[in-house]
Amino acid sequence: MSTTEIHEPVTDTEPIVPSFDDADSGRKLAIICSKGSLDMAYPGLILANAALGEGVEVDMFFTFWGFDMINPKYMADLKFTMLGNPATHMPAGLGGVPGMTAMATHQLRRSIAELDVPEVPEFLEQIKASGGHLWACRMSADMQHLSEEDLWDGIEGIISASDFIEKTAGAQLLFI
Amino acid sequence: MTTTQSTTTTIGGHTVHVDQEGFLTDPDEWDPQLGEALAQQIGIALGPDHRTVIAFARADYTERGESPTLRRVSTGADVPVKTLFELFPGKPAKKIAYVAGLPKPRGCV
Repeated sequence: MSTTEIHEPVTDTEPIVPSFDDADSGRKLAIICSKGSLDMAYPGLILANAALGEGVEVDMFFTFWGFDMINPKYMADLKFTMLGNPATHMPAGLGGVPGMTAMATHQLRRSIAELDVPEVPEFLEQIKASGGHLWACRMSADMQHLSEEDLWDGIEGIISASDFIEKTAGAQLLFI
Repeated sequence: MTTTQSTTTTIGGHTVHVDQEGFLTDPDEWDPQLGEALAQQIGIALGPDHRTVIAFARADYTERGESPTLRRVSTGADVPVKTLFELFPGKPAKKIAYVAGLPKPRGCV
Protein backbone atom coordinates (compact mmCIF):
# COMPACT_ATOMS: atom_id res chain seq x y z
CA MET A 1 0.00 0.00 0.00
CA SER A 2 1.28 3.38 -0.81
CA THR A 3 0.48 6.55 1.02
CA THR A 4 0.56 9.98 -0.44
CA GLU A 5 2.27 12.48 1.71
CA ILE A 6 1.56 16.14 1.32
CA HIS A 7 4.58 18.26 1.91
CA GLU A 8 4.22 21.79 3.15
CA PRO A 9 6.49 24.14 1.21
CA VAL A 10 9.78 24.27 3.00
CA THR A 11 10.31 27.55 4.78
CA ASP A 12 13.89 28.75 4.67
CA THR A 13 15.52 28.87 8.03
CA GLU A 14 17.44 31.95 6.95
CA PRO A 15 14.93 34.77 6.54
CA ILE A 16 14.52 36.18 3.02
CA VAL A 17 15.77 39.75 3.20
CA PRO A 18 16.36 42.17 0.31
CA SER A 19 20.06 42.79 -0.32
CA PHE A 20 19.93 46.56 -0.15
CA ASP A 21 23.59 47.28 0.20
CA ASP A 22 25.29 44.79 -2.08
CA ALA A 23 24.41 45.73 -5.62
CA ASP A 24 25.28 49.36 -6.03
CA SER A 25 28.10 50.06 -3.65
CA GLY A 26 30.68 52.15 -5.44
CA ARG A 27 28.49 52.75 -8.49
CA LYS A 28 28.75 56.26 -9.94
CA LEU A 29 26.68 58.11 -12.51
CA ALA A 30 27.67 61.28 -14.39
CA ILE A 31 24.91 63.23 -16.14
CA ILE A 32 25.63 66.02 -18.61
CA CYS A 33 22.67 68.37 -19.02
CA SER A 34 23.08 70.38 -22.23
CA LYS A 35 19.49 71.44 -22.97
CA GLY A 36 17.46 74.37 -21.70
CA SER A 37 13.94 73.34 -22.63
CA LEU A 38 11.46 72.08 -20.06
CA ASP A 39 11.01 68.64 -21.60
CA MET A 40 14.75 68.05 -21.86
CA ALA A 41 15.44 69.22 -18.30
CA TYR A 42 13.38 66.49 -16.69
CA PRO A 43 15.11 63.31 -17.92
CA GLY A 44 18.36 64.29 -16.22
CA LEU A 45 16.61 65.36 -13.03
CA ILE A 46 14.51 62.20 -12.81
CA LEU A 47 17.42 59.87 -13.49
CA ALA A 48 19.70 61.70 -11.06
CA ASN A 49 17.05 61.50 -8.38
CA ALA A 50 16.37 57.81 -9.08
CA ALA A 51 20.07 56.95 -8.97
CA LEU A 52 20.57 58.79 -5.67
CA GLY A 53 17.61 56.91 -4.23
CA GLU A 54 19.37 53.66 -5.18
CA GLY A 55 22.54 54.62 -3.38
CA VAL A 56 24.41 55.60 -6.56
CA GLU A 57 26.80 58.58 -6.40
CA VAL A 58 25.70 61.28 -8.87
CA ASP A 59 27.52 64.21 -10.47
CA MET A 60 25.63 66.52 -12.83
CA PHE A 61 27.36 68.86 -15.27
CA PHE A 62 25.35 71.75 -16.71
CA THR A 63 26.63 73.01 -20.02
CA PHE A 64 25.51 75.13 -22.98
CA TRP A 65 21.71 75.52 -22.99
CA GLY A 66 21.60 73.37 -19.87
CA PHE A 67 22.85 76.48 -18.07
CA ASP A 68 19.26 77.74 -18.00
CA MET A 69 18.47 74.92 -15.57
CA ILE A 70 20.78 76.50 -12.99
CA ASN A 71 20.33 80.17 -13.86
CA PRO A 72 17.91 81.70 -11.31
CA LYS A 73 16.67 84.04 -14.06
CA TYR A 74 15.30 81.18 -16.15
CA MET A 75 15.27 77.94 -14.16
CA ALA A 76 11.68 78.28 -12.91
CA ASP A 77 10.46 79.32 -16.33
CA LEU A 78 11.79 76.79 -18.86
CA LYS A 79 9.71 76.42 -21.98
CA PHE A 80 8.49 73.55 -24.10
CA THR A 81 7.95 74.00 -27.81
CA MET A 82 6.19 71.74 -30.30
CA LEU A 83 8.44 73.09 -33.07
CA GLY A 84 10.50 70.37 -34.64
CA ASN A 85 8.98 67.72 -32.39
CA PRO A 86 6.86 65.17 -34.27
CA ALA A 87 6.15 63.27 -31.04
CA THR A 88 3.50 65.79 -29.98
CA HIS A 89 1.33 64.16 -32.71
CA MET A 90 -0.03 67.57 -33.73
CA PRO A 91 0.19 69.11 -37.23
CA ALA A 92 3.76 70.38 -37.63
CA GLY A 93 2.64 73.89 -38.67
CA LEU A 94 0.79 74.48 -35.41
CA GLY A 95 4.03 74.77 -33.49
CA GLY A 96 4.81 78.09 -35.15
CA VAL A 97 1.49 79.72 -34.35
CA PRO A 98 1.96 82.63 -31.89
CA GLY A 99 1.11 81.61 -28.34
CA MET A 100 1.53 77.90 -29.06
CA THR A 101 4.77 77.53 -27.08
CA ALA A 102 3.15 79.16 -24.05
CA MET A 103 0.19 76.83 -24.35
CA ALA A 104 2.33 73.72 -24.80
CA THR A 105 4.49 74.74 -21.85
CA HIS A 106 1.43 75.25 -19.69
CA GLN A 107 0.09 71.80 -20.62
CA LEU A 108 3.37 70.05 -19.93
CA ARG A 109 3.79 71.81 -16.60
CA ARG A 110 0.34 70.73 -15.59
CA SER A 111 0.94 67.10 -16.57
CA ILE A 112 4.17 67.07 -14.58
CA ALA A 113 2.54 68.67 -11.53
CA GLU A 114 -0.32 66.15 -11.64
CA LEU A 115 2.23 63.39 -11.13
CA ASP A 116 3.48 65.24 -8.04
CA VAL A 117 6.82 65.79 -9.74
CA PRO A 118 8.40 69.05 -8.56
CA GLU A 119 9.34 72.06 -10.67
CA VAL A 120 12.97 72.42 -11.71
CA PRO A 121 14.27 74.51 -8.75
CA GLU A 122 12.59 72.30 -6.17
CA PHE A 123 13.78 69.19 -7.98
CA LEU A 124 17.36 70.45 -7.84
CA GLU A 125 16.89 71.10 -4.10
CA GLN A 126 15.79 67.50 -3.67
CA ILE A 127 18.79 66.21 -5.65
CA LYS A 128 21.11 68.30 -3.47
CA ALA A 129 19.42 67.05 -0.30
CA SER A 130 19.86 63.48 -1.57
CA GLY A 131 23.61 64.03 -1.85
CA GLY A 132 23.93 64.86 -5.57
CA HIS A 133 26.82 67.03 -6.79
CA LEU A 134 26.04 69.83 -9.23
CA TRP A 135 28.67 71.48 -11.41
CA ALA A 136 28.56 74.31 -13.92
CA CYS A 137 30.61 74.31 -17.12
CA ARG A 138 33.50 76.81 -17.26
CA MET A 139 33.24 77.50 -20.98
CA SER A 140 29.46 78.09 -20.81
CA ALA A 141 29.96 80.49 -17.90
CA ASP A 142 32.59 82.39 -19.86
CA MET A 143 30.42 82.52 -22.99
CA GLN A 144 27.46 83.90 -21.04
CA HIS A 145 29.64 86.15 -18.83
CA LEU A 146 28.29 84.52 -15.66
CA SER A 147 30.12 83.86 -12.41
CA GLU A 148 29.24 81.58 -9.52
CA GLU A 149 27.23 84.36 -7.83
CA ASP A 150 24.93 84.52 -10.86
CA LEU A 151 24.07 80.82 -10.63
CA TRP A 152 21.73 78.86 -8.40
CA ASP A 153 23.41 78.52 -5.03
CA GLY A 154 23.27 74.72 -4.95
CA ILE A 155 26.02 74.64 -7.59
CA GLU A 156 29.28 73.42 -6.06
CA GLY A 157 31.50 75.18 -8.53
CA ILE A 158 32.29 76.21 -12.08
CA ILE A 159 34.68 73.63 -13.48
CA SER A 160 36.22 72.76 -16.82
CA ALA A 161 35.18 69.78 -18.91
CA SER A 162 38.45 68.05 -18.03
CA ASP A 163 37.84 68.61 -14.31
CA PHE A 164 34.44 66.99 -14.68
CA ILE A 165 35.89 64.01 -16.53
CA GLU A 166 38.52 63.67 -13.83
CA LYS A 167 35.95 63.88 -11.01
CA THR A 168 33.76 61.22 -12.58
CA ALA A 169 36.45 58.62 -13.24
CA GLY A 170 34.86 55.19 -13.47
CA ALA A 171 31.31 56.59 -13.64
CA GLN A 172 28.62 55.61 -16.10
CA LEU A 173 27.77 58.63 -18.24
CA LEU A 174 24.58 60.10 -19.63
CA PHE A 175 24.54 62.97 -22.11
CA ILE A 176 21.22 64.74 -22.38
CA MET B 1 -1.11 41.82 -15.38
CA THR B 2 1.41 41.00 -12.72
CA THR B 3 1.41 38.09 -10.38
CA THR B 4 3.39 38.28 -7.23
CA GLN B 5 5.00 35.03 -6.31
CA SER B 6 4.71 34.67 -2.63
CA THR B 7 6.56 32.41 -0.25
CA THR B 8 6.82 32.43 3.51
CA THR B 9 9.73 33.41 5.67
CA THR B 10 10.18 33.69 9.41
CA ILE B 11 11.49 36.92 10.82
CA GLY B 12 11.82 37.53 14.53
CA GLY B 13 9.37 34.71 15.26
CA HIS B 14 6.76 36.02 12.77
CA THR B 15 5.99 33.87 9.76
CA VAL B 16 4.96 36.16 6.92
CA HIS B 17 4.35 36.04 3.18
CA VAL B 18 7.04 37.72 1.12
CA ASP B 19 7.96 38.16 -2.54
CA GLN B 20 11.18 36.80 -4.03
CA GLU B 21 13.21 39.69 -2.68
CA GLY B 22 11.75 39.59 0.80
CA PHE B 23 9.16 42.42 0.71
CA LEU B 24 5.93 41.52 2.49
CA THR B 25 3.12 40.70 0.09
CA ASP B 26 0.35 41.19 2.64
CA PRO B 27 0.69 44.48 4.55
CA ASP B 28 -1.91 43.24 7.04
CA GLU B 29 0.59 40.73 8.37
CA TRP B 30 2.64 43.61 9.69
CA ASP B 31 2.65 44.89 13.23
CA PRO B 32 5.04 47.25 15.01
CA GLN B 33 7.05 44.37 16.50
CA LEU B 34 7.56 42.88 13.06
CA GLY B 35 8.64 46.36 11.90
CA GLU B 36 11.39 46.31 14.54
CA ALA B 37 12.47 42.84 13.38
CA LEU B 38 12.48 43.84 9.69
CA ALA B 39 14.53 46.93 10.48
CA GLN B 40 16.99 44.82 12.43
CA GLN B 41 17.45 42.55 9.41
CA ILE B 42 18.74 45.51 7.41
CA GLY B 43 20.84 46.95 10.22
CA ILE B 44 18.53 49.71 11.39
CA ALA B 45 17.56 50.25 15.04
CA LEU B 46 14.26 52.09 14.94
CA GLY B 47 13.96 55.36 16.85
CA PRO B 48 11.02 57.76 17.11
CA ASP B 49 11.84 59.45 13.78
CA HIS B 50 11.93 56.11 11.96
CA ARG B 51 8.58 55.22 13.48
CA THR B 52 7.00 58.50 12.34
CA VAL B 53 8.13 57.78 8.79
CA ILE B 54 6.91 54.15 8.91
CA ALA B 55 3.53 55.24 10.27
CA PHE B 56 3.14 57.75 7.45
CA ALA B 57 4.14 55.20 4.81
CA ARG B 58 1.58 52.71 6.08
CA ALA B 59 -1.19 55.28 6.35
CA ASP B 60 -0.43 56.54 2.85
CA TYR B 61 -0.47 52.99 1.49
CA THR B 62 -3.83 52.34 3.11
CA GLU B 63 -5.19 55.50 1.53
CA ARG B 64 -3.71 55.14 -1.96
CA GLY B 65 -2.85 51.47 -2.36
CA GLU B 66 0.70 52.35 -3.35
CA SER B 67 3.97 52.64 -1.43
CA PRO B 68 5.02 56.29 -1.21
CA THR B 69 8.07 57.60 -3.03
CA LEU B 70 10.74 59.43 -1.10
CA ARG B 71 9.40 62.81 -2.09
CA ARG B 72 5.93 61.85 -0.91
CA VAL B 73 7.28 60.63 2.43
CA SER B 74 9.27 63.81 2.83
CA THR B 75 6.37 66.16 2.17
CA GLY B 76 3.72 63.97 3.80
CA ALA B 77 5.58 63.10 7.01
CA ASP B 78 7.31 66.50 7.04
CA VAL B 79 10.80 65.00 7.26
CA PRO B 80 13.54 66.56 5.10
CA VAL B 81 14.92 64.34 2.32
CA LYS B 82 18.39 64.66 3.83
CA THR B 83 17.11 63.27 7.13
CA LEU B 84 15.44 60.36 5.33
CA PHE B 85 18.81 59.44 3.83
CA GLU B 86 20.30 59.50 7.33
CA LEU B 87 17.50 57.41 8.85
CA PHE B 88 17.40 54.85 6.04
CA PRO B 89 20.82 55.06 4.36
CA GLY B 90 21.54 54.05 0.77
CA LYS B 91 18.11 53.25 -0.62
CA PRO B 92 15.70 55.11 1.64
CA ALA B 93 12.41 54.65 -0.25
CA LYS B 94 12.88 50.89 -0.60
CA LYS B 95 14.05 50.50 2.98
CA ILE B 96 11.06 52.46 4.28
CA ALA B 97 8.69 50.25 2.28
CA TYR B 98 10.45 47.10 3.49
CA VAL B 99 10.35 48.00 7.18
CA ALA B 100 6.74 49.20 6.83
CA GLY B 101 5.74 45.84 5.35
CA LEU B 102 4.77 47.37 1.99
CA PRO B 103 5.64 46.52 -1.62
CA LYS B 104 8.55 48.23 -3.35
CA PRO B 105 7.58 51.76 -4.43
CA ARG B 106 6.82 51.98 -8.16
CA GLY B 107 6.77 55.75 -8.64
CA CYS B 108 9.71 57.45 -10.35
CA VAL B 109 10.00 60.58 -8.25
